[in-house]
Amino acid sequence: MKTLLTGICLVLLAAPALGQDDDVSAGRYIAQLGDCAACHTAPGGKPFAGGLAIDSPFGTIYTTNITPDPVHGIGSYSLEDFDKAVRRGIRKDGANLYPAMPYTSYAKVSDDDIKVLYEYFMKGVGPVPVAAPSSDLKFPFNIRFGLEGWDIVNRPAIGFSPPFDDDRLNRGAYIVEGLGHCGACHSPRDLMQAQEGYDASSDTFLTGGQLGVWAVPDLRGPASAPQAWSAEELVDYLTTGRNTYTAATGEMGLVVERSMQHATPEDIDAIVAYLKAIGTPPKQADDALAKTDETTAMLTAAQPDMPLGARLYLDNCGACHLVDGRGAPRVIPSLIGNSAVLAEEPGGLIAVMLNGAQMPSTRKSPGALAMPGFGDRLSDAEVAALASFVRAGWTNDAGAVDQETVRRVRGQL
Amino acid sequence: MARTEKKVDAVIVGLGWTGSVMGMELTDAGLDVVALERGPDRRTVPTFAYPKIADELRYAVRYDLMQRPADSTVTIRHHAGQTALPYRRLGCFLPGAGVGGAGVHWNGLCWRPNAEELRLKSYITERFGTGLMPEDMTVQDFGVTYEELEPYFDRFEKIVGVSGKAGNIGGRIEEGGNPFEAPRSSEYPMPPLEQTYDGLIFEKAARDLGYHPFPKPAANASQAYTNPYGMQLGPCNYCGFCERYGCLNYSKSSPQTCVLDALYQRQNFSYRPNAAVLRVELAADGKTATGVTYADAHGEEVFQPADLVLLCAFQLNNVHLMLVSGIGKPYDPSSGEGTVGRNYAYQMTGETTLFFKDIAFNPFVGAGASGMAIADLGLSRMDFAKNGFIGGGYPSSQQTNGQPIHNLPLPEGTPRWGASWKKAAGDHYGHSATIVLQSSNMPYRDCYLDLDPTYKDRYGRPLMRMTFDWRENELKQAAFFKDKIAEIGRAMGADSLTAAYPSGHFDTRPYQSTHTVGGAVMGADPGTSALNRYLQSWDVHNVFVPGANAFPQNFEYNPTGLVGALTLWAARAIRQDYLPNPGPLG
Repeated sequence: MKTLLTGICLVLLAAPALGQDDDVSAGRYIAQLGDCAACHTAPGGKPFAGGLAIDSPFGTIYTTNITPDPVHGIGSYSLEDFDKAVRRGIRKDGANLYPAMPYTSYAKVSDDDIKVLYEYFMKGVGPVPVAAPSSDLKFPFNIRFGLEGWDIVNRPAIGFSPPFDDDRLNRGAYIVEGLGHCGACHSPRDLMQAQEGYDASSDTFLTGGQLGVWAVPDLRGPASAPQAWSAEELVDYLTTGRNTYTAATGEMGLVVERSMQHATPEDIDAIVAYLKAIGTPPKQADDALAKTDETTAMLTAAQPDMPLGARLYLDNCGACHLVDGRGAPRVIPSLIGNSAVLAEEPGGLIAVMLNGAQMPSTRKSPGALAMPGFGDRLSDAEVAALASFVRAGWTNDAGAVDQETVRRVRGQL
Repeated sequence: MARTEKKVDAVIVGLGWTGSVMGMELTDAGLDVVALERGPDRRTVPTFAYPKIADELRYAVRYDLMQRPADSTVTIRHHAGQTALPYRRLGCFLPGAGVGGAGVHWNGLCWRPNAEELRLKSYITERFGTGLMPEDMTVQDFGVTYEELEPYFDRFEKIVGVSGKAGNIGGRIEEGGNPFEAPRSSEYPMPPLEQTYDGLIFEKAARDLGYHPFPKPAANASQAYTNPYGMQLGPCNYCGFCERYGCLNYSKSSPQTCVLDALYQRQNFSYRPNAAVLRVELAADGKTATGVTYADAHGEEVFQPADLVLLCAFQLNNVHLMLVSGIGKPYDPSSGEGTVGRNYAYQMTGETTLFFKDIAFNPFVGAGASGMAIADLGLSRMDFAKNGFIGGGYPSSQQTNGQPIHNLPLPEGTPRWGASWKKAAGDHYGHSATIVLQSSNMPYRDCYLDLDPTYKDRYGRPLMRMTFDWRENELKQAAFFKDKIAEIGRAMGADSLTAAYPSGHFDTRPYQSTHTVGGAVMGADPGTSALNRYLQSWDVHNVFVPGANAFPQNFEYNPTGLVGALTLWAARAIRQDYLPNPGPLG
């Protein structure tokens, strides 16, 4: 039985694994807030060993090995080399990084945070002596010096100037605009694929983007989540990937799982306060209850002559999302007012209908609750009818979806 | 030569309710834990994904989620003079296999026993003297009291998420609950499920007859719920695909919905599906286990060394593993010596179908554990001397589903096929309600489990043999309840009744109950129990065996609530007393 007890001790001792000092653990936290793992850890791969394929309009970019391996990773980087890569997008050998690396956001990261981040990557991460695959870009984007021109036009200045008179809001701005690089997905991109705006002084910053087939939600308009939800619901969403109304899936699910759930309560509050502060408050909600009842009544009556979309809803969706479309708080997302349902570009909704979706497993809410895909059961025409129905049902008022759009999205998944 | 895996602190055999809860407890204590599950991996999506799970033929008729007799089964006989035959086709009971175990395909009835049922021998003797019990009836006390277990019932009900109405909170009788239940420390975590129409008329009829009806405690969520592990349930939609199915919308409590994602997050936990444990390996002196040997998906034998072995398989499999591993002394009915295999018991069930020409019940609306019950005829309320039998039961309404292949009750005398059958099916589908009985089953000297001398499983191990039949005590009990239930059925206004209750020998063909219990029972006396009051083997101190195998007799209620509470009770003893000082627990 001695071994049993030794086992217990080992488990207890094993917790703080590699580096132990304060800078390393502070750096680990910065790496989580910055969500470095989102791109630099491939699914099933070793931490930070790179190799994740990112499809870009220019070709496939593979993320790099940023473990401290001296040959294949960044083990030979000095703090200055590391800083240049993270905040300016310049590799140790002088070549420019592809702007899939959000160095334009990281430009706002403080000197102190860069320093502890460096300590973490050097001492807190295990070296992985394996080369990540090299990126495969089309001409002319495979010529890295072309990126210098891109950079001259698009790179924001290094450093962060606090825009508010309030420490909490400034902390929120620092995380959202900088380290958290939320704008990388939530802001539109221009023709050069550069992010439109790097802080709230820009009208386009965080007003929504496009990621593959997914429309990435606007975070500033009167109907956007930061305006429509309470602070508590926003906190719940960011830390558990679910709240009364909806759930995170896909990329945002990973952001919650790998990054946001680890943020301190103070930092989450700062993020929420900042997001609330930079948006346009909602108008008083008009009472559209009558329409809610109309859809619910039709589904409850379940007359055989109801429209195809409604019938498909009852046969496929109603078991969980229920006839009132509201599902159940934190378990089954509501379809009413849901940004994925209502997005002008309905690719995300179609993707979920076809392939299903899964919530992240977080510390506070470990259940990786999932919706199955219905792609093997519904034709393009049926998905179009069903999507059109939910987009216009209850109080929803988004446009219809055509069969061709479904066909295109199905082809992209 | 078996391949050897890296040693762990604890190995869990079977990843159902007991294995998953034990996994949480032992990883909490800092142990490095691996769970071995003989069946496949299962998750709500994709395994129970809508709509494919709602396939009656595949799941309810062909038993897709159950143990396959070709992989593992028992032999059965009525008495020691017979040669037992293998249970080759599932019928009267349905052991689960695969991650989640029987916790996937249950209906979700989550009861507590009455306090008296945990100290039944003492209760009978105190109340009725020593002369009442038949000489061959081997009723025993559990060795643990209701009061000791109460906090663990409470905790398990919160983990599982039970919908119900308490009848007795700390001695205060609550309107609408079971007034005869033992005191509870808190209300159920969720309000009761909605009742279907049959439940409402059952309730009225029962009340008119002087009974005290209440909603059954259901591990089907009546609303969105988050348990102490942070795991979540969604509200039940009454689709009726509970029993024999995995739940498609996170409403029925199961290891998947209540525990496993939380367990999978833990760095000191891992699990291997398709790993069929063949035996527990013992040290040379036979006093401690060194680990377990299992067959992996390719049939290769693998030794998993461990300092602690938790047998968390189905009751029958736990006893089988003890017998084939030489843990404890096998029970010998002729001498009464030995404990492993002793006190096997089943559950006595029956049902009365009520036909109503003028009522359409919409039977496709239902939930596994909705319905109204009465506890007025419970074991602790019965006068055994007057009734002429020792036991009790609870009649209840039950509308779990309207699935036509296996659930299309027709009045007695209806032809089994042809035009008349079709006409009757058309006339009666949806026009019947059911009152089900679940009642206790006492243990007897020659109802037991041992190794079969004739039949072997695919790994060359002897099958386990079950020697079991109904006794006069139980048959009297069935007749008693048949009459009482007919009275309620008539009071509900049924036009005609069809009753199905055991009346002769134990019949393995029709489904009755998967509540098969005993064989490695707990107790205070090593002469009559295989496990001590902490579910620890008396003989091999680093083997713990949580499960219904620990019940010395079967009480009238469904076993999962007690199985869960006992698991948490054992886990506390392991964490608090065993780990700091490994050895037999006092």
